[in-house]
Amino acid sequence: MNAPFQSIVTPASPRIMAERPMKIAAKDVNIYYGDKHAIKNLSIDIPDRAVSAFIGPSGCGKSTFLRAINRMNDTIPTCRVTGNITIDGRDIYDRDIDVVQLRAKVGMVFQKPNPFPKSIFENVAYGPRIHGMSQNKTDLEEIVVSSLKKAGLFEEVKDRLNAPGTGLSGGQQQRLCIARAIAVNPQVILMDEPCSALDPIATAKIEELIDELRQNYCIVIVTHSMQQAARVSQLTAFFHLGTLVEFGDTDEVFTAPQEKRTQDYITGRFG
Amino acid sequence: MFVWTIVASVVLTIAAFLAGQSRAAGMRMSGGVALHSLPSYHGMFLAAGAISGAIVAAIAAALVIGTQSIVMPVAAVVGAAIVAGVLYPRINGEFRARNSFERFILFVLIACSGVAVLTTIGIVFSVLFETIIFFREVSPLSFLFGTQWSPTSTPASFGFIPLLVGTFLITTIAIVVAGPLGLLSAIYMAEYAGPKLRSTLKPLLEILAGVPTVVLGFFAALTVAPLIRNAGESMNLAVASESALAAGLVMGMMIVPLISSLSDDIINAVPQSLRDGSYAMGATKSETIKRVVLPAALPGIVSAFMLAISRAVGETMIVVMAAGLAANLSVNPLAAVTTITVQIATLLVGDQEFDSAKTLSAFALGFVLFIFTLALNYIALRIVQKYREQYD
Amino acid sequence: MTEIRSDFVAKRYAAERRFKYYGAGALVITALFLLFLISDIAIKGFPAFFEHRATVEVTIDPAKVDAAKPQAGDFDGIVKDAFRSLFPAAKSRADRKALGGLLSQGAADDLRDMVVANPALIGQTLKVPALLSDDADLYFKGMQTGLKITAGAGTLQIAQSGEEYVITGDTGDLREGQIIRANGGALRITKLEGSTVVAEAVLAPETLNTAVAGQWDMLTLSVKEAERRVNDKQVVWMEQLRSSGVIEKSIAWRFFNSGDSREAELAGLKGALVGSLLTVAVALLLALPLGIAAAIYLEQFAPKNKLTDIIEVNINNLAAVPSIIFGLLGLAVFLNFFGLPRSAPVAGGLVLALLVLPTIIIAARAALKAVPPSITEAALGVGASKQQAVFQHVLPLAIPGILTGTILGLARAFGETAPLLMIGMVAFIADVPQGFEDAATVLPVQIYLWSDLPEIAFQSKTAAAILVLMVVLFGLNAIAIYLRKRFERRW
Repeated sequence: MNAPFQSIVTPASPRIMAERPMKIAAKDVNIYYGDKHAIKNLSIDIPDRAVSAFIGPSGCGKSTFLRAINRMNDTIPTCRVTGNITIDGRDIYDRDIDVVQLRAKVGMVFQKPNPFPKSIFENVAYGPRIHGMSQNKTDLEEIVVSSLKKAGLFEEVKDRLNAPGTGLSGGQQQRLCIARAIAVNPQVILMDEPCSALDPIATAKIEELIDELRQNYCIVIVTHSMQQAARVSQLTAFFHLGTLVEFGDTDEVFTAPQEKRTQDYITGRFG
Repeated sequence: MFVWTIVASVVLTIAAFLAGQSRAAGMRMSGGVALHSLPSYHGMFLAAGAISGAIVAAIAAALVIGTQSIVMPVAAVVGAAIVAGVLYPRINGEFRARNSFERFILFVLIACSGVAVLTTIGIVFSVLFETIIFFREVSPLSFLFGTQWSPTSTPASFGFIPLLVGTFLITTIAIVVAGPLGLLSAIYMAEYAGPKLRSTLKPLLEILAGVPTVVLGFFAALTVAPLIRNAGESMNLAVASESALAAGLVMGMMIVPLISSLSDDIINAVPQSLRDGSYAMGATKSETIKRVVLPAALPGIVSAFMLAISRAVGETMIVVMAAGLAANLSVNPLAAVTTITVQIATLLVGDQEFDSAKTLSAFALGFVLFIFTLALNYIALRIVQKYREQYD
Repeated sequence: MTEIRSDFVAKRYAAERRFKYYGAGALVITALFLLFLISDIAIKGFPAFFEHRATVEVTIDPAKVDAAKPQAGDFDGIVKDAFRSLFPAAKSRADRKALGGLLSQGAADDLRDMVVANPALIGQTLKVPALLSDDADLYFKGMQTGLKITAGAGTLQIAQSGEEYVITGDTGDLREGQIIRANGGALRITKLEGSTVVAEAVLAPETLNTAVAGQWDMLTLSVKEAERRVNDKQVVWMEQLRSSGVIEKSIAWRFFNSGDSREAELAGLKGALVGSLLTVAVALLLALPLGIAAAIYLEQFAPKNKLTDIIEVNINNLAAVPSIIFGLLGLAVFLNFFGLPRSAPVAGGLVLALLVLPTIIIAARAALKAVPPSITEAALGVGASKQQAVFQHVLPLAIPGILTGTILGLARAFGETAPLLMIGMVAFIADVPQGFEDAATVLPVQIYLWSDLPEIAFQSKTAAAILVLMVVLFGLNAIAIYLRKRFERRW
């Protein structure tokens, strides 16, 4: 990544960007659901090997934009995306881009843990299997074990890999979903409020995990909780009514926001 | 005499209503009594009494004397008059006519719900009694394990195995046809078709589901069977003119809408979050369906197939018209076989003597059929219920 | 090691397409089956809505019809004589019988009805259409044999030698089995010997003159004489009738106006239609109140306990019990135990009522469940009793939904066959039932009965009866769909 970051239009030019290469760049993105204009003229650059948090009141479009990054919106027939979003400089809405390969590169973790009704092993092996990533069973086992280890779940489940994934606790299920996402060796992991269905202890574990994962991945997390954004992210983007209000280093956004609306939101005037 | 009984009961009920209402209203007018209930409730209370009296008396008369006699309507009139006469003096200012009437209504509602249970009990007893008598003449062992079924020959033999094999041969053909067609249609409708296409495809399947089985039987016997026979002959295969294949094929098409609509519901009940999880891994739609949706829906689909089997086993008209009468012990789909339902129908059509083993054997077959389908239905419905609870 | 192989992706997309095609294919097969089924039955059944009649001139001879008792008149003789007088050459017993075979018993019945209704016709001569037999009718519908009439192009010399005829001349186009019509007769070719043709008489020619082009023609029949139900002689006669313009085709109203008959051309659906109406009426009158009452109890009043569970499980299971089992119940309980009359709509209706009861209960419960509890609460809030709330507020709102479910149950009852076979509604009944206790049959059973008969004419009638049944069912379903759309309410 040698494009100088100054050339890209962003509301702010975070300090942290200078230190890390850029991964995702969005320019003039508009997203519509039928007649509803959900994202308006959004441009943002997201760096690699860092956690970027999207915050904002409900319905502000942060999840919509997140789902546009791995084209999950394609599954909604009325949804339309214009503008361009690039990952490593490649336009992901380009005709040549294969959604299947894109999604393998851009993993996603959802609000509610959604393990498949299969064994723990099969849940993690699902991605490698469909993408034909392993030649044999040993390969596959290796992938599964290392993914579970990376997700910090291996020690808890190593004796019951054949037990159903749905039998785990909520927090474990969510880590299983993270392991499932890592198993296909993605470069970006999108997380859509990954802790909203979890208790504080499970949440702490996931946050710890996110912090470890940022060494190797570009992580984008949508969260409802400003505290969580402050705890786990290096960059924070504030969304409001479908527009990106402010994007900058987390410390700065929370301590010295440049926009009034951001200030109002983080001090609890609305939202 | 039915009509007259009904007319008499209705007339008396209306009369009782008017009598009760006017007595209560009269009390309010003359004595200035504050009634607990509206006069119309007093009327309805008396009417309820009258109609119960009429029904009880008419049924009693019918059981004792028979339905053809004039006694039935007369009994209804007398019964209604007696009960109404006894209740009439109870109407006074303090009488809680509404509460009494509502208790009566609740009782009626409970009784109506009981009819379904009574029907089941009726079925069990009607087939069980005749079956027991049948097994006094024919040993249950020779019935269940005999390989010769010829109820009309002398000496008659009642070996159930050929019917069982025939039934399962035709059912198997039907499920082999209907299973893939129904399941694939359901998948297409639930996962691929847009709302517009769906709203045209659904009625198509509903039309097929609504075609009476006698129509399908006619089609199987007069169109499909000759087609298969001719096709077989052109390939030098000996095809019976009442081949199991023709009946099974058409029966399969009959079951397609059943499997498809049940599976459609089941597939739609699989939460979207599972599909999202799979798409987010980079799975294609068909991979998601095959590896996530269908395994998740498996219990429901199994139960859909069980209900379909139960339907095929119990289906009568298609096989009566298109399958054979002779009980051949064969698993060749091109041969003519007979089924349990065909035998029940043929044994009981026409004059029956209830003391002959031939007639009674039909009830024994009915008993087997009832138990088998009941077990399948019960298990299938339980599975569906459990499945729904899991995702609710 | 863990890299996505792009050659793999192409394969995966191919599998994706294949899978989608399987699904679409399954639906296409199902649709084609339905199309095949409906068109096959429509093609088979459509001709049965028409009948052929021959206009004949009859004289109502007072010697044969007594003005005092016109019903007893010999109308059969009158019609047959009039019909035979069209073919003066047919004198032998066999010929007269063959001619009579073209005419239906119904021709005399029609004439009798006409004269009984108007006795002034006695002694008069009038032209009446005489109904043809099913075989003749099928011939004119083209369902007996294909026929090609070719005008003779050359000149033929016909000579008689004993029983046979020898035809010479321009015989190049003639083939074995063809019928030559010339000189007022008809000859069937039996042998071809070079340009000499040997033939036998179907109708003996009046003269042996040379027939020049335009004076003779040949009939080519696609079905062999032995394989059809009208012989060559009858074909020649019918062609004579056709060319003399006395054959008329009209809508067969008797198909709807008369009861069953052993004669295919006379058999009608009225008995079965009335039987169906009576039977379904009994079923509806019983099942509707019972079903609604049971649904109200289970949905609104029933406590959550073991007993209620049993009733619910029982209803769900009953809905899936094979219909023939209900027939056994009807036979053992209603006929044998309660002594209801066999074959009667009242017994059939009872059986069908029990059969559709679970369907109606399930539909009614769904309709009641769709009414939001706030309605009940509002009524209770103003001091209504629970029953008043249910009967005055909830039930009226649920009625459209209940009706929709009931009509679908009704459609099922209308098309049900198997259980009615068990209680004797399968007998041959020519009379239209007059009441609930008369012997009757119903439309689907009539279809079953006719489908078993060997005559081709009955096959066509069966298909026509199926069309009538399907129209009734479509109508019921259309009403249900209309009700659903019209009263659909979103809370």
